Amino acid sequence: MGLIQETDHGTPPSGSAGMVSLTIDGMAVMVPEGTSIMRAAMEAGVTVPKLCATDSLAAFGSCRLCLVEIEGRSGTPASCTTPVAAGMAVATQSERLKQLRRGVMELYISDHPLDCLTCAANGDCELQDMAGAVGLREVRYGDEGANHLGQQKDTSNPYFTFDPAKCIVCSRCVRACEEVQGTFALTIEGRGFASKVAAGMDEDFLASECVSCGACVQACPTATLIENSVIEIGQPEHAVVTTCAYCGVGCSFKAEMRGGELVRMVPYKDGRANHGHSCVKGRFAFGYATHRDRITRPMLRARTTGPWREVSWEEALGHVAREFARLQKTHGRDSIGAITSSRCTNEETYLIQKLVRSGFGNNNVDTCARVCHSPTGYGLGAAYGTSAGTQDFDSVEQCDVMLVIGANPTDAHPVFASRMKRRLREGARLIVIDPRRIDLVHTPHVSADFHLALRPGTNVAVLTALAHVIVTEGLVDENYVRTQCDWDGFQAWADFVAEQRHSPEAVASLAGIDAGLIRDAARLYATGGNAAIYYGLGVTEHSQGTTTVMAIANLAMATGNLGRPGVGVNPLRGQNNVQGACDMGSFPHEYPGYRHVSDSATREIFERMWHVALPTEPGLRIPNMLDAAADGTFKGLYIEGEDIVQSDPDTAHVAAGLAAMECVVVQDLFLNETADYAHVFLPGSTFLEKDGTFTNAERRINRVRRVMPPRSGMADWEITQALARAMGLDWTYTHPAQIMAEVAATTPAFAGVSYELLDRVGSVQWPCNEAAPTGTPVMHVGHIARGKGRFAITDYVPSEERTGQRFPLLLTTGRILSQYNVGAQTRRTENLRWHEEDRLEIHPNDAEMRGVREGDWVRVQSRAGATSLRAHITDRVAPGVVYTTFHHPETQANVVTTDQSDWATNCPEYKVTAVQVSPTNGPTDWQRRYRAHSAASRHVAAAPAAE
Amino acid sequence: MPRASPRLRGSMSPDKLVMMANQISRFFASQPGGQAARQVADHILRFWEPRMRAAMLVHFAAGGVGLDPVAREAVALLDHHDPAADLHTRPAAPSG
Ligand code: SF4
Ligand code: SF4
Ligand code: SF4
Ligand code: FES
Repeated sequence: MGLIQETDHGTPPSGSAGMVSLTIDGMAVMVPEGTSIMRAAMEAGVTVPKLCATDSLAAFGSCRLCLVEIEGRSGTPASCTTPVAAGMAVATQSERLKQLRRGVMELYISDHPLDCLTCAANGDCELQDMAGAVGLREVRYGDEGANHLGQQKDTSNPYFTFDPAKCIVCSRCVRACEEVQGTFALTIEGRGFASKVAAGMDEDFLASECVSCGACVQACPTATLIENSVIEIGQPEHAVVTTCAYCGVGCSFKAEMRGGELVRMVPYKDGRANHGHSCVKGRFAFGYATHRDRITRPMLRARTTGPWREVSWEEALGHVAREFARLQKTHGRDSIGAITSSRCTNEETYLIQKLVRSGFGNNNVDTCARVCHSPTGYGLGAAYGTSAGTQDFDSVEQCDVMLVIGANPTDAHPVFASRMKRRLREGARLIVIDPRRIDLVHTPHVSADFHLALRPGTNVAVLTALAHVIVTEGLVDENYVRTQCDWDGFQAWADFVAEQRHSPEAVASLAGIDAGLIRDAARLYATGGNAAIYYGLGVTEHSQGTTTVMAIANLAMATGNLGRPGVGVNPLRGQNNVQGACDMGSFPHEYPGYRHVSDSATREIFERMWHVALPTEPGLRIPNMLDAAADGTFKGLYIEGEDIVQSDPDTAHVAAGLAAMECVVVQDLFLNETADYAHVFLPGSTFLEKDGTFTNAERRINRVRRVMPPRSGMADWEITQALARAMGLDWTYTHPAQIMAEVAATTPAFAGVSYELLDRVGSVQWPCNEAAPTGTPVMHVGHIARGKGRFAITDYVPSEERTGQRFPLLLTTGRILSQYNVGAQTRRTENLRWHEEDRLEIHPNDAEMRGVREGDWVRVQSRAGATSLRAHITDRVAPGVVYTTFHHPETQANVVTTDQSDWATNCPEYKVTAVQVSPTNGPTDWQRRYRAHSAASRHVAAAPAAE
Repeated sequence: MPRASPRLRGSMSPDKLVMMANQISRFFASQPGGQAARQVADHILRFWEPRMRAAMLVHFAAGGVGLDPVAREAVALLDHHDPAADLHTRPAAPSG
């Protein structure tokens, strides 16, 4: 096994349909029109020397190394900037070209430190390669003249170093930051000999606008920008392609290794979700995998206040099996259950629901998707018949109008956000509906046409007002609706939205936005060409989350923005495998493939496969499990990869539910907040330690590949299997491929999926079956999956969570780029440098009224509880709205959130909590007690393990 | 462990179940077709674990305080639900 070398064609593909024939070094070549000579040559197998060109960036033509000769033309044009023409005869090698190229290289090298042997990039340096390629043998200019050799390194970024002495000013980094990432953090300062790369306003990298995506490091042909891990460890020697385990974009990476050590994660060009780009999390934040806090041995304790005792796998699993059997005997079959995580692989999730249904004999299985995207499943299922986004990410390239609602892509889905920004720079228009001025509203060279800064909790009212404009101004695509949708349902809906009470003018004061803005946004969405809606948890995490998803689905149908590239409804999934967790049957009411447990035909499929009679009634959802525990009828819980104490709302209630159980089993990497309430800890494995698949937000099934052995000795799927066996089930999987085969055999949308197919084609988007053997990038083409699209009436119901005298402000929550979810992983990496604590964003007016200054401690009180954190004063939030993230357990943002939830799915209403904010001196009593409790419940007894 | 908040209550507490049933009813009551009670009952059958339904029926038998008219009608339908009947034979409710 060696490194995976990807071909650099020098310039991007042309994308044109017309073809052109020419000859290169006497060889006949046929390429699409608009292709550069350099790329045409590469496709014919001829490598033209180059330095400033790379195929992720538009050609620039500055280094003059790629010169060629063209028959009948004078001079030596640069092959990277010269497009092919029919009948052209190109020579890439001649005496003249050799001399010219050597001259160019000589100049570069004369101003470059000749420390190749000790340079970290030795063996992975294009300058070195090119010196060899052009046959450079001597350098006539010494280094005594003016040069750049003594310049200071910039080591401010924790993950990479900038050493200007090695810079050849090819500006690949600058262009990568602009074209690929869209941050525009870098510039070339000065001219001629004095020109140099500078971050921001001549700041260091960390202080600049840089978001540490790594695109510049990736683009740099020399050691000027290089990963610190390569400096520290050395060049990697083998690589494995795998998938990022952080967010729902699902970026593909080459995990580049030296022996058993991970040197770096390099974004993979063939990855269809990311096309070679990455963000700071996937690219750099993998240090948690080897963090000293990792627990690698199973542990037990009798009481949650007592110390942990390390035990063998056998003892731990035997204990769980006996306890679960005892609880079921005493309290009934339905007294135990399990929770899986959207961070788990598809195969792990499938096994957990199988364990619950076939082993526990009930349907008490739920997933953390409950608390994020369950309304997406319900809402899109109702409207279109499929519980998933309608497009692939590539579709954005054909989008003319983006409507972004309740999502913050530059922070939460950064790699896709870069593609959105690129499309916006090309001229696509942008509507943002969000209480907060998210970065996308104004980024370099991108400005939203309309920002509807609505009051939290009024999504349905505003979306229905958009529909009002579309219907009453005659902007409906009637032909689409008549042929694709249920016409009676449409008419009832059209009558409903046309009512005066849904007009922008009627909704304006309620939503806190100008009626004209709503009208303009609706007109743009309906008439601006291909319009696509992108949404996130700001849509789903409301008491009307499902209704909001339906309102979005209505808009797309009414305007005919469905069933082709460039349009559609795109839920941006938070965690890496939210889509997969839902697909794999981890909800208590349905089997894999969204089939209800009461459906006897489906049940029979699984009964035959598993040789057991299966229960017909829906099981408990996460909040119901906790409630039932408080009632004393739910006693045992197996939790894989989820930290409900930190991530679920109303912390006190979650904690009380867990404390009321008799056997709580946590399978995780670290002793997390939930483990404080656990009796058994099973050490889990990271995504680097196991095989499996993740399904991203565009329904793309990507392979996760093991690059190192599990630290605890077992991958997570093996632990679940061992537990099943301890409980008497006869499971004998030897590889996750067999689990996927079982999914394919039982679930129609996955019928064509296999590891063999994934290894062959890279990834596929479900449905993948006989009708679509290589998957389905865009859904509802030709007709909507459920037959006729269904319009739902979306009556606005104000949240019970209302402001008043006691709680005059609305708190909404979100997350930031460098951190991930509850932060268990990212807090254990250098990403902390960008986010050392959660802060409360508050508008200057609200702050002044309360005597709060920047950085002051404030107490945030809701009817559920109170927490304290420091304030950040900003007009990003509107007056009356405050905002915070939830990445740090000390903050305990969820102590404040309430148990309000979505009417259809019980997805919690994280995005609206009425609060009061007041100055304070420090943490609240709850925070202090919680900290003491945490410290006490994480004690591991010193006794050596008996393994 | 830190003392739990004094608001500790189970799912089987009628207040919460009533609130949930009313929330569901408000959605279906707004839909055309005059089938609201049936749809609410179906939703509850599809998504509520039997313990929750049983607790609701107990509350209903005791007068069903707090239930909206549609929710009340729906719970009455639950009362007559034949557990053997396959739900999926009725028009498909979506997943979620
Ligand atoms: S790491 Fe990314 S954001 Fe930072 S300078 Fe490089 S390309 Fe720009
Ligand atoms: S830092 Fe690297 S990519 Fe940027 S100009 Fe210098 S050599 Fe080129
Ligand atoms: S966190 Fe998301 S955007 Fe960043 S590398 Fe991972 S999958 Fe890609
Ligand atoms: S590679 Fe063409 S000019 Fe640099």
